Amino acid sequence: MKMLIELFYTFSKIGAFNFGGGYAILPFIEKEIVINNGWLSRYDFIDLVALSQITPGPISINSATFIGYRLGGLVNATVGTVGLVFPAFFIVITAARAIKKYRSTKWMECAFLGIRPAVIGLITASTISIGRTAIIDIKSVILAGFTAVLVFKTKLNPILIIISAGVMGGLIYSL
Amino acid sequence: MTKLLKFFAVFLRIGAFTFGGGLAMLPLIEREIVDNNGWMTREEFIDVIAVTQCMPGVIAVNTAIYLGYQLFGIWGTIFGALGAILPSFVIMVLAAEFFIAFRDNSIVQAVFMGVRPAIAVLIFSAAVRLGKAVDRTGHNILIALGSLISISLLGIHPILVIVTAALIGVVKARGAKKNENVD
Repeated sequence: MKMLIELFYTFSKIGAFNFGGGYAILPFIEKEIVINNGWLSRYDFIDLVALSQITPGPISINSATFIGYRLGGLVNATVGTVGLVFPAFFIVITAARAIKKYRSTKWMECAFLGIRPAVIGLITASTISIGRTAIIDIKSVILAGFTAVLVFKTKLNPILIIISAGVMGGLIYSL
Repeated sequence: MTKLLKFFAVFLRIGAFTFGGGLAMLPLIEREIVDNNGWMTREEFIDVIAVTQCMPGVIAVNTAIYLGYQLFGIWGTIFGALGAILPSFVIMVLAAEFFIAFRDNSIVQAVFMGVRPAIAVLIFSAAVRLGKAVDRTGHNILIALGSLISISLLGIHPILVIVTAALIGVVKARGAKKNENVD
């Protein structure tokens, strides 16, 4: 029981301070899990990161489930994962309520008018940072071009696009 | 209830195909929420991205909670978050159990090498499509470029960029108040 509470508490802490998303949280998880609690060896931690890279899902959720499961099966996996997303419920619902309440006020409307173009820049920035690690050789350039045609010239579902890129990659890279 | 289940199914799909960080699933969420179900407008969707980016936590889960609350209240938050989490949960449990078997498999690695460029293109397409929902004024283009440069080149935190853009929006509206109405 003490273990479950600690697991819940530790992952709640990680969830509450998980700013920036993705890999920005890794050093924090490593400190809590490997150094402070000794729940995972450094070797296991590297495996966890590799595993998160090749499976879908956010790395913090992957970590919570994986570490919980390693420590004590499904119950611990559930407790760790629920602990991780627990803070988000309070934070996001509070924000949603506040925004709903003040949505029609003039200053809020103006703030969002300013924010919208910034979000477009932000998403483009994310394209660049992912592109840097994803598009690394001639094969990946071809794959990106192939995907671009699918994305911009057809109405194909993004899921099908990801799957077909996976199949193409499997063919091209294992040749 | 059918709407709730549909909402759950939407985020289940999103959770299962979130590769390369939260923003990669934007085209997917956008298609489901804005185009297929008409649950919100493209402008509102951009606002949701801005708000959820400023909060700690996982973008997919935050978006699920935020949208769920706006559309269906508390139950919406639970169904949405559960949908977004479940695929990762199941996959990681299986991975923790059978990890060694496929860890160094070269075909698995090749498949993921192929998925990564597709992710970059998908994120870019979200920027292009959402960009069409924003008026193409000189001022807006300047903010978009400024935001891109701040994050990509200067490494400034996205939260700071969004807050600054909000302040610019408010200040600009104040300045223009005498001449025109903000609708």
